[in-house]
Amino acid sequence: MLDIQKLVKSFGTKRAVQGLSFTVEKGTVLGFLGPNGAGKSTTMRMISGVLEPDSGDALIAGKSVVSQRREAQAALGYLPEGAPLYDDMTPPEFLAFMAAARSLPKSERKPAIERAIADSRISTVCGQRIGSLSKGYRRRVGLAGAILHDPPVLLLDEPTDGLDPNQKRAVRALIARMAPTKAIVISTHTLTEVPAMCTRAIVIDRGRIVADETPEGLRQLSSDGTLEGAFTKLTDQAEAESA
Amino acid sequence: MNYLRQQLGSFMPVFRREIGAYYSTPMAYVFLAVFLLALGMFTWEASGFFDTGTADLTPFFVWHPWLYMIFLPALAMRLWADETSAGTDELLLSLPLGMPGLVLGKLLAAWSVAGVGLLLTFPMWITVNFLGEPDNAAIILTYFVSFLMAGSYLSIGAAVSALTRSQVTAFVISVVIAFIFTAAGWPLVLSGVKSIFGAGFADLVAQFSFLSHFEAAQRGVLEFRAVLFFLGFMALWTILNGLWASRHRLG
Repeated sequence: MLDIQKLVKSFGTKRAVQGLSFTVEKGTVLGFLGPNGAGKSTTMRMISGVLEPDSGDALIAGKSVVSQRREAQAALGYLPEGAPLYDDMTPPEFLAFMAAARSLPKSERKPAIERAIADSRISTVCGQRIGSLSKGYRRRVGLAGAILHDPPVLLLDEPTDGLDPNQKRAVRALIARMAPTKAIVISTHTLTEVPAMCTRAIVIDRGRIVADETPEGLRQLSSDGTLEGAFTKLTDQAEAESA
Repeated sequence: MNYLRQQLGSFMPVFRREIGAYYSTPMAYVFLAVFLLALGMFTWEASGFFDTGTADLTPFFVWHPWLYMIFLPALAMRLWADETSAGTDELLLSLPLGMPGLVLGKLLAAWSVAGVGLLLTFPMWITVNFLGEPDNAAIILTYFVSFLMAGSYLSIGAAVSALTRSQVTAFVISVVIAFIFTAAGWPLVLSGVKSIFGAGFADLVAQFSFLSHFEAAQRGVLEFRAVLFFLGFMALWTILNGLWASRHRLG
């Protein structure tokens, strides 16, 4: 479903992502973890076709994001970091724009928008401008935009950031419901989200993969049996090695 | 054909989105109100519309380049800079949209707002027809060239907007560039350009004066050269716009 092949990206002299490779199959919810500045968002941007990689490629449902960008992007649902949205639109207007931009057939647009609104639970704020919504609702409108066209691959950057516990549970349930038919990558630094949502976790640090495990396997890497311990150990170790 | 459809398929959604952004916020209304007010003031107060004694719109059209120079960069400054500062460029670039359609959708949305501004000057046209018998064919022609000129000013503003995340910076730089092209034939501008870039470049710049290209149209003469100039000018800046907007993909 999603095949990442040796992605490399530098900004000036800083090598943000250094030859990252992994594959995600249908039915997998991959937690993409790492400290701030590890290259998570840069990787997500390259997969989504927003940033061009210096070298390497990402295949989304078999389409190369480098040489068949639009076909690859059509198979992807992407929630960018911070859920950027057009503040002057209402959620249904925004979703209608997304449906048109994704060239959904006209007859499918209305049911797709209604389904996305129901799935992301934003029907109560449909009359409001996005600019007036709280952080949690904005995030869910962004999520609705990402799942609108029912893509086989979902890329979600911090989908539960800013949500209250009830909303988090709803988003988790939605992801669990979609999981069997999709390959889902969730970038997060909220470690408690990992066992709750993910079936597999990759930890990256300084643009390199330092662990690729199940959440349970990751926990066992630590000395104290917690995810936090494993995270600290893996990313500190990498820091010590590079120093 | 298929390639063209892919590249331009993004036009309609982007165009509609931008039109919505102009009219769902006070932006378009403030622009139209102030633009029309300023145009009216200059036509009546500065040019003495009623004192010329002839039924034509020369005292009205003569202000178009100068007002466009200030007002149209204000209309275009948000097109890309706003996306960059709000982070929505990331959303936009992640959609399967072709860059040509994106660039044209944005430019034509702004251009259509400017077109509405021009249409709303119809009371001027009614007034001259009430007072005398003007050459209406010539007036329509001048309107047409003025509309093309508006597109040229907007293409500068849209392209510059893709270079920065600050709308204010985009506005200021666009006005400076617009001023250079408006008054390119003026000694004031030419001597400045000559001292910085040399005499050869100054001669070249003199060929690009909006004022001289609009002059014939003001007299009701359709110069094919002027039409070509404005269309070509727009094409050049639209290509620059596409290149500058594509740079976002490089990081």
